[in-house]
Amino acid sequence: MSKLVKLKKGFDIRLAGKAEMEVHDFQPVKTFAIKPTDFIGMQRPKVLVKEGDTVKAGTPLLFDKKMDKVQFVAPVSGEIVEIKRGEKRKLLEIKILADSVIEFESFQKYTPSQIQEASRDTLIDHMTACGVWPQIIQRPFGVIANPSDTPKSIFISGFDTHPLAPDYEILLKGQQEAFKVGIQVVKKLTSGKVYLGLPADKAASSAYDNIEGVEINKFSGPHPAGNVGVQIHHVDPIAKGDVIWTINPYGVVQIGKLFLNGAYDASKIIAITGSEAKKACYTQTYLGACVDSFVAGNIKSTNVRAITGNALTGQKINLDGYLSYYDHQLTLLPEGDYYEFLGWMKPTSDKLSYHKALGLFSFLYPKKEFVLDTNTRGEPRAFVSTGVFESVTPMDIYPVYLMKAIMAEDYDDMEELGIYEVIEEDLALCEFVDVSKHPVQELVRKGIELIQYS
Amino acid sequence: MKLLRDLLDKQKPLFQKGGKLENLYYLYEAGETFMFSPNHTTSPKGAQIKDAIDLKRMMITVVIAMIPCLIFGIYNTGAMHFLATGDANATFGDKFLLGATLVLPIVLVSYTAGGLVEVVFAVIRKHPINEGFLVTGMLIPLIVPATIPLWQVAVATIFAVVIAKEVFGGTGMNILNVAMTARAFLYFAYPAQISGDTVWTYVGENAVDGFSGATALSVVYQAGQSGENAVAELSQHNAGIMDGMFSFVNMFMGYIPGSIGETSTLMCLIGAAILLFTGVASWKIILSAFGGAYLMGVVMNLLSVNEYMALPSHYHLVMGGLAFGIVFMATDPVSASQTETGKWIYGLLIGALTIIIRVTNPAYPEGIMLAVLFMNVFAPLIDYYVVQANKKRRLQRATV
Repeated sequence: MSKLVKLKKGFDIRLAGKAEMEVHDFQPVKTFAIKPTDFIGMQRPKVLVKEGDTVKAGTPLLFDKKMDKVQFVAPVSGEIVEIKRGEKRKLLEIKILADSVIEFESFQKYTPSQIQEASRDTLIDHMTACGVWPQIIQRPFGVIANPSDTPKSIFISGFDTHPLAPDYEILLKGQQEAFKVGIQVVKKLTSGKVYLGLPADKAASSAYDNIEGVEINKFSGPHPAGNVGVQIHHVDPIAKGDVIWTINPYGVVQIGKLFLNGAYDASKIIAITGSEAKKACYTQTYLGACVDSFVAGNIKSTNVRAITGNALTGQKINLDGYLSYYDHQLTLLPEGDYYEFLGWMKPTSDKLSYHKALGLFSFLYPKKEFVLDTNTRGEPRAFVSTGVFESVTPMDIYPVYLMKAIMAEDYDDMEELGIYEVIEEDLALCEFVDVSKHPVQELVRKGIELIQYS
Repeated sequence: MKLLRDLLDKQKPLFQKGGKLENLYYLYEAGETFMFSPNHTTSPKGAQIKDAIDLKRMMITVVIAMIPCLIFGIYNTGAMHFLATGDANATFGDKFLLGATLVLPIVLVSYTAGGLVEVVFAVIRKHPINEGFLVTGMLIPLIVPATIPLWQVAVATIFAVVIAKEVFGGTGMNILNVAMTARAFLYFAYPAQISGDTVWTYVGENAVDGFSGATALSVVYQAGQSGENAVAELSQHNAGIMDGMFSFVNMFMGYIPGSIGETSTLMCLIGAAILLFTGVASWKIILSAFGGAYLMGVVMNLLSVNEYMALPSHYHLVMGGLAFGIVFMATDPVSASQTETGKWIYGLLIGALTIIIRVTNPAYPEGIMLAVLFMNVFAPLIDYYVVQANKKRRLQRATV
């Protein structure tokens, strides 16, 4: 029973610097890193390698003592050059100097009929041991799925509506077979259905053609229509006690490749985007790539912020930092560390705004792509404006009330107001449009953690 | 601009931690951020870009929306004076100039008194100075008569800012609309200067014979008492001085006695257009409040126990401060209902209550002030039930 969900609420952030539809080769990336900080909720990472060790793609690097079954493995083969720790010896990065030809650990291969016959536990054991399990995320909380749970359904969002989001047509080029096998595996993990959300307004990636065993729902409307949380809300909402798993299509492909080829294949295509990129394009690399090769000679000025992920939910990294585990996108934006004379009342059509208050003329240019920098455009204040958060949140949720419940650490209210249905990205637009500049995403995570560990 | 920036940067260490004037940091900060929007960048995690709006811009939008009311109010104050003194030769310039000399001091006093309170609280409580006062400081002059003693303006402003806002924690935390609180304070503390028939027009010494400074509301109220036809009474009022002063059209235009900014429904509607276009005010509140007032007027017509109740409902919309109150006070995002469903109920009840108070309560000729304050208090309750309904919908899905 496929359905079409028309979403009206939301806002497309139109930025300059969309990636051209071509895969460009940069200087080869030398180092790759696994960052335990990418895995939300990882509490006690135990490192299995030492500096100087050589690893193959698929060799376990670490695991979480809280969930010791799930291995986090090396994306490439090479030498462990640094295990970087921060304050209180917090594990930050495990860096690997990559070989020029990648060697793979060899795992068991499965034919489609073997997958069909294998028990759910066998599949899970295979996935957790071979490093693809972290691709499966659990809702509520947005943490890595617990292999001992059985989700009521599994959701895959087949498109991305974030600012400058990469096109899945390119990301999944030639991966049709792996995707198919991946779906076959994923389907065995749930007692319910596997849902694939596709865009109603434009063509979906051809990797999804003739896909079987999933229920396809179509979503139209502005961002966050592509967010899996929004899709869940409209198809099979999460209530207290429910567990749903979500996977990015790339994760499905990786799972498919593991079963198909018997190897942990972390190769991926990423998009280099943003107004500061001289050449905004796609490139072939591996998971956790260092961005220095993509940045060198490819930025328009020196005062640039590199962001792993998109401009709305991403994270600032150094110009020689590493892409995060779940990201397919590097965004390069100008830093906004400047003063602006009478910036609060100056009429402008160069700065994007959801609002139409005095002097904000961006609404007159519905097609324009904006160059936005990282300036906060004002200071934090108490909640004043009302109705704006609701108008960019296409869910039956009152974000301001939820925020206030989190600030007050009112557990009952948080639960009743829908904390189980959201993670940071679902309310990220609120953070963008907020007149009072609240750290909405940080608050959402704080609320989730309060509930999760209560 | 470089010069100004350098000057600010030079002074900055004085106000920062360890500086001599450390205590006045937020005063410095207010000045600095007024001139230059800060160089803060987004945090490493979370949204890396932000919308161009901030609270200052939102508040200044409301102030701009009030400018038509202010300018018309200045002109009308002068015009009413020359009407009352029977000086037919007064030019537009004369009227405007006289109006300005009466109105601008009130604006100045309101901003100064309130601003001082803001600064004192910001310094003591160590929080940034609230932009919300930009709006309050302009609202207060527009809802008092031009003849009000300046010291009363100062006292009312200080009272309202302290009691209605700062004790709750500042802009965004207050329960009551600050400007309405100032007016309510004046109304109950100094009724002689803000009610009756003589305060609305600055007459000076020699009023022309037969001039009455009564407002339309009080004329209609008298009609209700004496059993005369209300519309007839309105049209005869001051007939010897100005033809059709209280005709529907003239009341809509606003050439009538009243508080400085409230008389012209047209100017309020221009303000409403600005607020609605910019999205600062909720169209739901404005529409439902006008609708509520009109419907309650119709209900009164049906009952029609006295002549006041028989007054055609559309007259209610242009008399008194209804339009001004709905457009600028009821829509205050902080004290209004915050949920979309709640806004319909909140607006509707403000409109209906205003008419009930006007028509049935002999003590208060105007109802919008009390209606807004009353509904400010009830707004959280309305929201509570709207949010409870949302929680119930969610709970029904739960399996545990």
